[in-house]
Amino acid sequence: MVVTAELIRDKLLKELEAVHVDIEDTSLNRCAASFKALIVSSQFEGKPLLQRHRLVNGCLAEELKEIHAFEQKTLTPEQWEKQKG
Amino acid sequence: MNNLIRSSVRCLRASTAAYVSRQPAGHVSFTSARFLCAATDMQQTLGEMVKKDKVVVFIKGTPAQPMCGFSNAVVQILRMHGVDNYAAYNVLDDQDLRQGIKEFSNWPTIPQVYLNSEFVGGCDILLQMHQSGDLVEELNKMGIRSALVEAEKESK
Repeated sequence: MVVTAELIRDKLLKELEAVHVDIEDTSLNRCAASFKALIVSSQFEGKPLLQRHRLVNGCLAEELKEIHAFEQKTLTPEQWEKQKG
Repeated sequence: MNNLIRSSVRCLRASTAAYVSRQPAGHVSFTSARFLCAATDMQQTLGEMVKKDKVVVFIKGTPAQPMCGFSNAVVQILRMHGVDNYAAYNVLDDQDLRQGIKEFSNWPTIPQVYLNSEFVGGCDILLQMHQSGDLVEELNKMGIRSALVEAEKESK
């Protein structure tokens, strides 16, 4: 399976009903070996960090087997608004 | 016969769970033991490992020589808080451990951090706890005084 930033973004948008997803390929030569993600979803509301990350890890279970590293920042829409402002 | 000896060595090693690993590079890995030390034993061993010490990390490499940037970040964060009495297990030393801890924590990546036998998360979570001040609080609950608190006091 080839994991791409688009594939990851699509899954997160669909399965976590994310309202915003930023994916950055952080591997040295952009070879899709590691990614950094900002995920904004109302599904994170009321959940501690560990639970949020578990949601994301569950959504990307197959993809995470293939790649070396996945950094994630998980925000609720409200937190995201604050951070932008 | 050789395999059998290796297997029992590996079982012993698993139950006495090596501290900050000082294995020389390129030591023999005992993959043949997998058949005797079943995965369930590994899960049990891991349960004991995370209980044995207040702070336990599973990393790539050793605290003195982390082999991955994320493992290094975990080591550096703990160092900043003056936590140097912790158990570090090098997953690169042992494929069974590497796979076993992922299943045990239901967490797909290394590093992994345990505080008071409880799974905290990986590098991202520890970093965010460090930034938010939650880590100081968690350590405090465990009776570990963060060096950052001391430093702040002194500067006042």
